[in-house]
Amino acid sequence: MLRLERVSKCFFPNTPDERRAVRELSLLVRPGEFVTIVGSNGAGKTTLLNLVSGQYFPDRGKIFINGQEITYLPAYKRAQFLGRVFQNTFQGTAASLTIEENLAIAFRKGQKKGLKIAIREPMREVFKEKLSLLGLGLERRLRDRVGLLSGGQRQALALLMATLGNPKILLLDEHTANLDPKTAQKIMKLTDELIRDSELSALMVTHNLQEALSFGDRTLMMDEGDIVLDLSGQERKNVTIEELLERFSEVRHKKFAEDRALLSS
Amino acid sequence: MIFEFLLYSVQEGLLFGILALGVFLTFRCLDFPDLTVDGSYPLGAAVFAFMAYRGVGPVAGMGAAFLAGAMAGFFTGFLHTFSRIPALLSGILTMICLYSINLRIMGRPNISLSENLGHRTVFTILRDFFPQIPEVYLRLAFLLGLVLVVKVLLDLFLRTEIGLAVRATGDNEALVEAQGINPDHTKLVGISLSNALVALSGALFAQFQGFVDINMGIGMVIAGLASVIVGEVLLRGRFIFWITFQVIVGSVVYRMATAIALNWGYVIGFQPYDLKLFTGLLVIIILSFPVVRERLRLKKVR
Ligand SMILES: Nc1ncnc2c1ncn2[C@@H]1O[C@H](COP(=O)(O)OP(=O)(O)O)[C@@H](O)[C@H]1O
Ligand SMILES: [Mg+2]
Repeated sequence: MLRLERVSKCFFPNTPDERRAVRELSLLVRPGEFVTIVGSNGAGKTTLLNLVSGQYFPDRGKIFINGQEITYLPAYKRAQFLGRVFQNTFQGTAASLTIEENLAIAFRKGQKKGLKIAIREPMREVFKEKLSLLGLGLERRLRDRVGLLSGGQRQALALLMATLGNPKILLLDEHTANLDPKTAQKIMKLTDELIRDSELSALMVTHNLQEALSFGDRTLMMDEGDIVLDLSGQERKNVTIEELLERFSEVRHKKFAEDRALLSS
Repeated sequence: MIFEFLLYSVQEGLLFGILALGVFLTFRCLDFPDLTVDGSYPLGAAVFAFMAYRGVGPVAGMGAAFLAGAMAGFFTGFLHTFSRIPALLSGILTMICLYSINLRIMGRPNISLSENLGHRTVFTILRDFFPQIPEVYLRLAFLLGLVLVVKVLLDLFLRTEIGLAVRATGDNEALVEAQGINPDHTKLVGISLSNALVALSGALFAQFQGFVDINMGIGMVIAGLASVIVGEVLLRGRFIFWITFQVIVGSVVYRMATAIALNWGYVIGFQPYDLKLFTGLLVIIILSFPVVRERLRLKKVR
């Protein structure tokens, strides 16, 4: 379970470049809940994920995972709770290492690293088994360097690595945006399976509204650093993309009107 | 005469191969351009001499040099990971501090190690052990054996959990962090081990040459880098086993090239003090080569 309590993050505070990326945001994600997040560029979606993963610490507010406060826990210490895949297909893997070396790093996540040889034969069997689930034939290429793989293959591997260490929460930041439509679809299907099979909670940022509504259990819309729309259950089932777009412009207009009212008063 | 002279540069190449492996570990595995080398190399030699003057045997002396090098590397790593000082500056700071420290250890700018003074080295021990074998072959065999042992141990290390994490840190630090490993720790381990190897190489050279000079470290990091990239150009290995092997080959070839320049370079007016220029230009040419080739290609296309 993930809980954010009135979390704020501002970049370059008190300067002309001030960016209030996340503002007083509160959110509760239940175990096994798959949340999709949409919102325009600069809405604060990536920053929200960065706050959860510990890339940045919030200025105010608190973050909990399974009831344990992690607000200021260093990124590497909270990594055992989290898996993460990025838009850039090079970000989720180490390109100069082989497939099996990448998997070995993820395999013993959270355990103390020692002077044991990292890859042993029984482990390779597990790797092959997991890789065969991806259906890309990577199980036959354990010793190929990851830099040789295609973007889609790398992203599939990154997904596998992100979920291998049994995290509680999966963070996905437009992880299919750099792939061709067909590969994107494949990766999306794979993502859904992995999340469902391991009963993970997930936060998935996407700019594809169709994807946002057809996958997951709940859809959030973000704007100016806060959640402006939170759809789930029947309401979400019935909503169309057009309605979602409309709701979005409504929200923006309301804000615009409020701003104007504020300025003119 | 030529044969002897080649034998000598092979010995040097093997000896500095250990230093090159250290440079490879930071520059290539960790992607950390560590300039500590110019200080940790004479540190190893100074510590060895310090021990020798106090009657400590050469094996223990080399062990002490190894540890001292590790400490120097740790200090650089600490500056970088704790104080967040940029990599290059961290190395330079340690290097400059070590200059004074090395002088303190040595007591004066240069000291000699000699049998007349009762100093034993690994080479004198070997000679006493195998008096029937010519000394030059003995040295060659020993250095070859030692550098191969170091290579194999380094290969093994790079395949351990920690070693793999060190390599991954140089490739994708964010990934390492996301996989629950503290990249600061892997950097400290890698930089310490690298400088331990460099100092070991310094301790060996002190015994090989029979003296220690406070300035012996100047340019060693570039010499090490030259070995690494000469090896890369020659062999282009892809797996750890071959890559560390090519570092050693690179070191031997580089030493041969400098020996040739020193011996026959006088024809074009080459002087011993031109050696650093030679090394610098060699590294510049090899590093520039891919870029220049690409530019030329683009020009043709246009
Ligand atoms: N590291 C950073 N430094 C400065 N500003 C940042 C940084 N990260 C994000 N921002 C700013 O915060 C705001 C939200 O960005 P982001 O979270 O990346 O939005 P999104 O992912 O929704 O497009 C933007 O105005 C962006 O410029
Ligand atoms: Mg973003």
